[in-house]
Amino acid sequence: MSEARFPGPFEIETPPGAEGWQELYGYSAVFSEDRREYEDSMFWFHDGVHWPTVLTPWDATFFEYAIATLSQYNTRHYLIPPALGIDARIVNGYGYLSPVGVTDPAEIEARVPHFLERAGHYFSNWDDLYDKWLVKMRALVGEMESIRFEALPEKEELEVITEGHGTGAGLTLMTSYHKVVDLGFKLWQYHFEFLNLGYAAYLDFFGFCKQAFPSIPDLAIAKMVAGVEVDLFRPDDELKKLARLAVELGLDDAFADADRPDVLEERLRGSDEGRRWLAAWGEAAEPWFNFSTGSGFYHSDRIWIEHRDIPFGFIRDYAAKLREGADLARPLEEIRAERDRIVSEYSELLASDEDRAAFAEKIGLARVVFPYVENHNFYVEHWAHSILWRKMRQLGRVLVKEGFCEAEDDVFYFKRNEIPDALWDMYQAWAVGVTPRGPAYWPKEIERRRGIVAALEQWSPPPALGTPPETITEPFTIMLWGITTESVAGWLSAGETGDTGELTGMAASPGVVEGPARVIFSPAQINEVQDGEVLVAPLTAPSWAPIFGKIGATVTDVGGMMSHAAIVCREYGLPAVTGTAFGTKRIKTGQRIRVDGNTGTVTVLD
Amino acid sequence: MTYAVWFDDYRPAFAGRVGGKCASLGEMTGAGLPVPPGFAITTDAHRAACAGMEPRLRALLAGCDPQDTAGLAAASAQARALVEECGVPADVRAQVLAAYAELGRRCGTPDVPVAVRSSATCEDSPEASFAGEHDTYLWVCGADDVLTAVSRCWSSLFTERAIAYRQRMGLAEDGAAMSVAVQKMVRPTAAGVAFTLNPHDGDRSQIAIDASWGFGEAVVAGEVTPDNYLVDKVLFEITRRTVSDKTTEYRLAANGRGVERCPVPDERRTVPCLDDEEITAVARLARRAEKHYGHPQDVEWAVDADLPAGERVLMLQSRPETVWSKRRPASISAGAASGYASIVSTLVSPLHGRRT
Repeated sequence: MSEARFPGPFEIETPPGAEGWQELYGYSAVFSEDRREYEDSMFWFHDGVHWPTVLTPWDATFFEYAIATLSQYNTRHYLIPPALGIDARIVNGYGYLSPVGVTDPAEIEARVPHFLERAGHYFSNWDDLYDKWLVKMRALVGEMESIRFEALPEKEELEVITEGHGTGAGLTLMTSYHKVVDLGFKLWQYHFEFLNLGYAAYLDFFGFCKQAFPSIPDLAIAKMVAGVEVDLFRPDDELKKLARLAVELGLDDAFADADRPDVLEERLRGSDEGRRWLAAWGEAAEPWFNFSTGSGFYHSDRIWIEHRDIPFGFIRDYAAKLREGADLARPLEEIRAERDRIVSEYSELLASDEDRAAFAEKIGLARVVFPYVENHNFYVEHWAHSILWRKMRQLGRVLVKEGFCEAEDDVFYFKRNEIPDALWDMYQAWAVGVTPRGPAYWPKEIERRRGIVAALEQWSPPPALGTPPETITEPFTIMLWGITTESVAGWLSAGETGDTGELTGMAASPGVVEGPARVIFSPAQINEVQDGEVLVAPLTAPSWAPIFGKIGATVTDVGGMMSHAAIVCREYGLPAVTGTAFGTKRIKTGQRIRVDGNTGTVTVLD
Repeated sequence: MTYAVWFDDYRPAFAGRVGGKCASLGEMTGAGLPVPPGFAITTDAHRAACAGMEPRLRALLAGCDPQDTAGLAAASAQARALVEECGVPADVRAQVLAAYAELGRRCGTPDVPVAVRSSATCEDSPEASFAGEHDTYLWVCGADDVLTAVSRCWSSLFTERAIAYRQRMGLAEDGAAMSVAVQKMVRPTAAGVAFTLNPHDGDRSQIAIDASWGFGEAVVAGEVTPDNYLVDKVLFEITRRTVSDKTTEYRLAANGRGVERCPVPDERRTVPCLDDEEITAVARLARRAEKHYGHPQDVEWAVDADLPAGERVLMLQSRPETVWSKRRPASISAGAASGYASIVSTLVSPLHGRRT
């Protein structure tokens, strides 16, 4: 098996019709002859957890920000002893990553005291720093909300003259775009301020448990650390509250129109009860329904607050369940009691009081750090990203108005650093009082790019590129992506043996369920899912939770034990096998499959 | 003199008179564990039966050399014949038959099939393991057969292995006494053993289950490669499952008397003999026994398909686990990095990387 390898990065062919795709991304984001020797020597894996589909040129922004800021903290802030950052490339529109380790033992040793001092400060002051983080995040979100893109005026307002502003709308437009880019970058700095340290403390507890109890299920460890009231569950809790209110106010009939949100809202505005409900909706929606139906990394992910048919539909279904007498509330006391039981039973089974003390210390730290691990996702990928996508669409409307493109979403076919050039073109022509070049240049170019992206979408990215290391020891590959020596071997052998009728992945949430499969590739297809089906998807997002009451089980191509989807599946008691790599390729809608969330296997029965 | 003690009436005060196995059945019954009903015939009954026989037995065994296989076999046969010829004294007989009839009434089946099992005591060495050294009779029906089986259990104090064992351990012949368990027989679809730790690595968080078709004897005697499961004892999740090719099973004999060893029909050989619910029920039972005794246990269990769903798994026996329990468990925190330094070791050598 040591000979086994994935195709090298320079062996990947461009799909027909996608020629020139490299121009859609930054010059340093693609493989090139200039760095070939280094690039060929590395092992690259496709990050389908966060970026399962093709990146449009502007969407590559958050891919680059996320991976670079992660790296920055490992390498320059905390000096994680064995790990530098993670290198990133885009191949045929898909994101690939390669962790860079510190290999020289002397250098690892030299980094240790710095790590202890710096990480130690965070661990010792975690709660205070996290409180500060929440304040910083809210301030950042406020700044993002304050950005406004407006078309350049025919003439400046009089007060610009009378108040002596001394600047005009062109500068504001340019500055607003820089703000989007800079605040987005800042957002990602914040994202990784705590995350890797949080996972490290969790992994330390995880390792201790596995050493004490070699066969302990990963799930048991996750359950001991999991929070009870977690911000990631808030959006769903708010939906349930709104469903309960709709039932109390006798409004649930109106939700038959959930698919036509404007009609529904119009009807609700017509009564006191309806207006009361809408007021409650308004309170919950900001911020909790800034919730993406995807990973939050794509402009095409639908956001609840902007696609009200989605939350209205969920509320309709919940209201129906309430009418049938269902109790939708999460039994917090029971969840807490069960968590305490699990912790105390494992603790009692340990060999000595010394071990029990170490166990208590480690679980203590893991629980201090874990709220950040669980909660940051809502603040960053859902809430803040939702705002940035909205602001970018506002800019898109300005570009449409000036003839630079045809639809607001075309803004995402510009590269991040092309937009200042386009805005300069627009500003300069406005200032002079002539026609910009943009309307002649960009619509054509965007059409060409759209064709390339469509061609790239037909390509399926191999799970990895290059020769895998004999063992995967890089801690972040394991922690954040759930990629292990075993899973890489599994990808390789699956490629060799073809269809065996059985897939293996992570046992992410327990239980065994059989049912007909429903394979869906994008959040937009979520309405196709029928009662009792087994959902098979590239990945699932926390915002899919409301259909978890409908389906029997979940199978995903990507994701580990700690993926956001896994956290939510466990919460909803839904069997799940994640990280099967080939689920959506091997399984066809309608086939009967058996999902064993205890062992992490999926069997095609037909 | 009371010769028959019901498992439900068992109290620790009886321990010395009923042998390890009966004491355990009584204690488990008292703890509310699902043990099939039955009673113990005390060692007093055995002593009454053998009264006056001791000098002859002592003489028979005195000159016996444990190395001399032929001599040992002859002595054993003579001693056993001697005990069995004496039969069951009248007062013992009356009490045993009354208890057996009462068991039949409790079970709603006259001549209820019972297991008749030896339950030895040894005053000198209460902890000495006699597992499998004495006789057990399965599916015994009717008063006469029960009495014969009881008498044979008494005589099984003189099996070759038992004699050799006592001699090797330097135990006195008159220190040994035999109690007998008479217990309602279940007719299991599947049966086996469960350890409340993983016997491969001593992992205390796991329950290891060996299970095969029919009566548990095939598993206990190692005559079949059983299905093997590992169940987490806190979450009751099945963490590993191995389904084996099960070639042999013990079934009720065609004539309805006793059990017989048969090949497993092809269509059942590689089929799991327990469903997930049953696996979990066995594990829960073993965990209850462990919690009751406060010590890792080695449990024999059976699934009785005639009982209502949710109550099918029965406990036949529970013994302290001896192999891992005798070792001092290794403390994993001793000598390991603590606090934040431990996080450094974790980062430098993450577990998944180490495991391969």
